[in-house]
Amino acid sequence: MTYAVEFQAVSRRFGELQALDDISFTIAPGEFFGLLGPNGAGKTTLISVLGGLVRPDSGRAFVMGHDVATDYLNSRRQLGMVPQELVFDPFFTVRETLRFQAGYFGLHRADDWIDEILHHLGLSDKADKGMRTLSGGMKRRVLVGQALVHKPPVIVLDEPTAGVDVELRHALWAFISRLNKEGHTVLLTTHYLPEAETLCGRIAMLKAGRVVALDHKHRLLSPFEMTMVRLTAARVPDSWQARVRREEGQSFLIELQRLEELETLLAALRADGIAVKDLQVEQTDLEQVFLRLTGSGAKGNERQPAPAGEPS
Amino acid sequence: MNDRTTFEAPGSTWHMLFYKEVLRFWRVSFQTVAAPVIMALLYLLIFSHVLESRVSVFGGSVSYTAFLVPGLVMMTVLQNAFANTSSSLIQSKITGNMIFFLLAPITPWGFFLAYVLAAVLRGTVVGIGVWLVAALFFAPELWRPAAPLWAIAFGFLGGAILAMLGMIAGLWSEKFDQLATFQNFIILPLTFLSGVFYSVHSLPAFWFGVSHLNPFFYVIDGFRYGFFGVSDVSPWLSLTFVGTVGAVLTWGTWALIARGWKLRI
Repeated sequence: MTYAVEFQAVSRRFGELQALDDISFTIAPGEFFGLLGPNGAGKTTLISVLGGLVRPDSGRAFVMGHDVATDYLNSRRQLGMVPQELVFDPFFTVRETLRFQAGYFGLHRADDWIDEILHHLGLSDKADKGMRTLSGGMKRRVLVGQALVHKPPVIVLDEPTAGVDVELRHALWAFISRLNKEGHTVLLTTHYLPEAETLCGRIAMLKAGRVVALDHKHRLLSPFEMTMVRLTAARVPDSWQARVRREEGQSFLIELQRLEELETLLAALRADGIAVKDLQVEQTDLEQVFLRLTGSGAKGNERQPAPAGEPS
Repeated sequence: MNDRTTFEAPGSTWHMLFYKEVLRFWRVSFQTVAAPVIMALLYLLIFSHVLESRVSVFGGSVSYTAFLVPGLVMMTVLQNAFANTSSSLIQSKITGNMIFFLLAPITPWGFFLAYVLAAVLRGTVVGIGVWLVAALFFAPELWRPAAPLWAIAFGFLGGAILAMLGMIAGLWSEKFDQLATFQNFIILPLTFLSGVFYSVHSLPAFWFGVSHLNPFFYVIDGFRYGFFGVSDVSPWLSLTFVGTVGAVLTWGTWALIARGWKLRI
């Protein structure tokens, strides 16, 4: 099988820093793949290997089966990359920027397609504006356009929504999701976890240059998956006493194995005639998984559910 | 994909990089083309006025003003070819937009050709500008160069050599003052001490000898031969020297790009 992206034992050291440490994984065509990790984990270094910007000390990387070192002309044709930094060439207009980028990939007479990209990115009225006159959000859109202008099957986005307002973030998500549905493989790096949780299928978590977890997001979540319900009521139904993990006056923290159990709990409350004053559901999210796996921060501990069996 | 859009064979992609480089200097042509022409003409005005009656060159067969013009044309070609590659690369490096073509399927040769040819083109445009104005107002005998092919050959080689040195300087420099160091301490002395303003035969023996180690001397002397059919050394010797320097630099610059020196980490 030809993978969209393949890393084979990729390692890279910068002086004392082991930026990438024996990284191997594959991404199948059509996947929406998330690469997560704290700052300095090696995310940008790893995706830079795909574009030939960083050369590994050992190991190999492939884009659509083309070795990024020995067959770089073909591997780069298959790859569109949106860099993290807001870079631009101040000499040119938006349209020229896209025309050049198309030409660098051997794509000529692409004006119709460029118009289409401009339209989808909401840049039609900026087409003939100089790059330096654009706002940060607009420059970010042009970078996305530049990555797409040669219709690459694999799109890599390095923190695409960093410093982007809510409106543009949602517009970008919608646009990228559409590209993925149309068959593009998407590799997204982010440390904005809700983004990965909403968009990605499989997720790899990187820490200090190593992959510490790699799985489908549901399976990444499931070992930690238990839902906590904070119930404010006079008492808890007898059948649920064993599930109470913490009790503070009229506030009870109750553990559910699955969210569906909430229905059973509500039925029991009704049957016992207990009036519910307040009810909050607290679900495990990717952030908690991430913090556990990368072992950082007290913030995660605060939000983690109380361990089962803790005396109340 | 739209029917009219077409992918061309790998290797053809450098044309767009060349076009981008040309458009880059053309966008600011007042600064990159007009200004150097004015500067060269000011040199011409002042030096020819002050020195016309005091300096004799080629045994008096050529007027000093006429002698000066090819030197100034060539100096302008050299300086602008250097400025084009070096400033373009350092700007791309500092603003980070180099990533746009580093991610593209452009071979090291394509990268090399695009930058060198665009720089030679800028040098040529500026050089022709100086030549036209000088011939029109100062030295009408320059309308008809004695051996134009020699002038073209040395103009191209000189421009290409400086474009390559500009590429190396632009790749090497991390900031603008490093580039200025390269320019002020290497390029400028070599250009000024190459016989732009004088015939090396008028120099003391030591400096006469030193001049013969300066490749820019051969570029200018050979270029001048193209205009007058007379020169300080044989144009064949100059061509050999300049050609060798050009070949070594071509290989060196290409090797640096192919290794990704200061481009890919």
